[in-house]
This record gives sequence, structure tokens and C-alpha cells, in this order.
Amino acid sequence: MTDTTLRYAAHGHADPHHLRGLQESTLGHEGPAPKRIVTAYGFWIFLLSDIVMFSCFFAAYGVLLGQTAGGPSGAQLFDLKNVAIETGCLLLSSFTCGLASIAADVRNVRWYQLAMAVTGVLGLCFLALEVREFADLVSRGAGPTRSAFLSAFFTLVGCHGLHVSAGILWLLTMMAQVYAKGFRADICRRLLCFALFWHALDIIWVAIFSVVYLLGSAV
Amino acid sequence: MSEQQVHEFHEHLDLAPGDEEEVRVGPRLVGYLIGLGLSILLTATSFFIAGTDLVWQPSIPVALTVLAIAQMGVHLVFFLHITTGPDNTNNVMALAFGLLIVFLVVGGSIWIMAHMNHNMMQMDQIMPMQH
Repeated sequence: MTDTTLRYAAHGHADPHHLRGLQESTLGHEGPAPKRIVTAYGFWIFLLSDIVMFSCFFAAYGVLLGQTAGGPSGAQLFDLKNVAIETGCLLLSSFTCGLASIAADVRNVRWYQLAMAVTGVLGLCFLALEVREFADLVSRGAGPTRSAFLSAFFTLVGCHGLHVSAGILWLLTMMAQVYAKGFRADICRRLLCFALFWHALDIIWVAIFSVVYLLGSAV
Repeated sequence: MSEQQVHEFHEHLDLAPGDEEEVRVGPRLVGYLIGLGLSILLTATSFFIAGTDLVWQPSIPVALTVLAIAQMGVHLVFFLHITTGPDNTNNVMALAFGLLIVFLVVGGSIWIMAHMNHNMMQMDQIMPMQH
């Protein structure tokens, strides 16, 4: 009994709900999966629901594509060079985010912080380019109030931009947590979720640059 | 079964989304590099095709769609590590359900709205009738 109490006390910090203790008592007959599996699976379901939400914005954009109310269409507005640079930033940041997860798995703090910092800087570059693009569109009289097409465009692309901003805040939090607390089990689970989130943002951006920008300028 | 063995058994049985089997740095680094290379290649092709006169114009939207889907597949496999292995069934099933909903929402909306546009009279035809 003393042994169990001690073990609970030891896990209490990293495992406030004592799930590990629960697992150990039921493992004989295939109890619950390890906590990181459950956590990441739950986060994966959240990401899929996020993707479903984006699909609604895509549907609205597809429906309103021709409703320009006499205003400019996508082909007249989009600057593909800018979009190519934005895409490069996000792709590279996805790669460096992968490097950060490798560094976290081999418990190398220096490489982890470096890769995370590069990821954050690339994300900020992406955001800066997008904000500049939006400001440019608004100053040319093509703001979200101009037509139904532009409302749908700003909603869809702006929602992705908001996700990237939230991702950067989360990234800074994870850097600070690893700096302050090290690679504890619960922090590694958060890192796994963060990496999933960041890669999923990249997938949504692939859909945006293909459907909105490239198809919009080609048609 | 000792605790250690049970733990290892679970490690082999289950994979979280984003998980990989290996802990070694080399193969994982190679995986990310392949993913990065493939996605840069696909992105460059997309941007090239969108602005070129070299291909038959009506094929461009189809080509862009195919390239986008291929690139999403590359991201899923090399970055999110969603595979078809037996240990990944739960993740793949959730993904399949998500894709079904996405397809219904996007395809359904565009199909129905195009149909309604087709069946409705244009605004400039309706306006004179109201007088």
C-alpha cells in the first residue's frame, strides 16, 4: 500500500487525474490505452471538426464565387508571387516543426528551442505577408464589404490567418513550458498536439492556395 | 507479464496520430525531408500550371485539384504520419468520416446552389415583372 501511495504521489504532478495508476491496475485485461494515445486521438478528432468548419467556409466561397456585385474578381486582385512566398514560409515552418518534434523525442533542448523559434519566425512572416495583402486589398476599395465574393474570401482566408496566430501563441507557450519545466510527460503530449495542429494548418493552406488563389486566377 | 513488457506491448499496439514507430533520428529526418521535397515539387508544379499557356486550358482546374489532393496526401503521410497500418485504424476511420462530411458539405452546397441558380430567373428579368 505504501508503494502504491508513493507511486501516486510521484505521478500526481505530471498526472493529476491518476490515470496511470488506473491503467496499471487494469492492464492485465487490456485496459485503456496509454494517455498520450488517447490525448492525441481526441485532438485528431478536434482537428477533423476544425477541417469540417473550414469546409463550410469553402462551400460558401464556392457558392459566392461569381457574386462580385460589379466589383473586382479574384483574377484582378490576387498577387500570385506574394502567395508563393506565403506558401514557402508555411511549408518550411511545417518542416522545422517536424524537426522540433524529433528534437523533443531525443530530449535535445537546444535543437528543440532553435527549431521552434525558426517555426515561429516563419509563421510570423506568413502572417505579416497576409496582413499586408489584406491591407492592400482594403486600400484599393476591395474590402470585405465590397461584394459577397470578397466577404467569403476574407472570411475563409482570415479564418486560416486567425488559426496561424493562435498557433504562434501556442508555440511561444510551448517554448516557455519546455524552458521552465523540461520534457515532462504532460508537456510532451501538448507538443504532440501542437505539431498536429501546425501540420493541419498547412493542409488547409494547400486547399486555400489551390482553390482560392490558383483556380481564382486561372479561371 | 511484467509491467515493462505490458508497456512495450502497448507501445507496439497503438499509435497516436502524429506518432511514429522509430525513435531514431536518422530515418525520421529522412521522412520529413522526403515530405518537404515532395510538397515543394507539387506546389511548384501547381504554381507553374496555373500561369502557363503550354497545356490545354480547360485541363488546368482538374490538374490543380489533383495536385492539391496529392499534396494533402503527402502532408498526411509524411508530416501527420497517418498510415494504413493496422495500428492506425482508429485515426484513419476518423479521417474517413471527416472527409465524408467535407465532401457532403462542399459538394452538396455547390451542387444545390448551382441548380437553384439555373432554375431561377435572373434578377433583371424579375424586376420589370413587379411593375
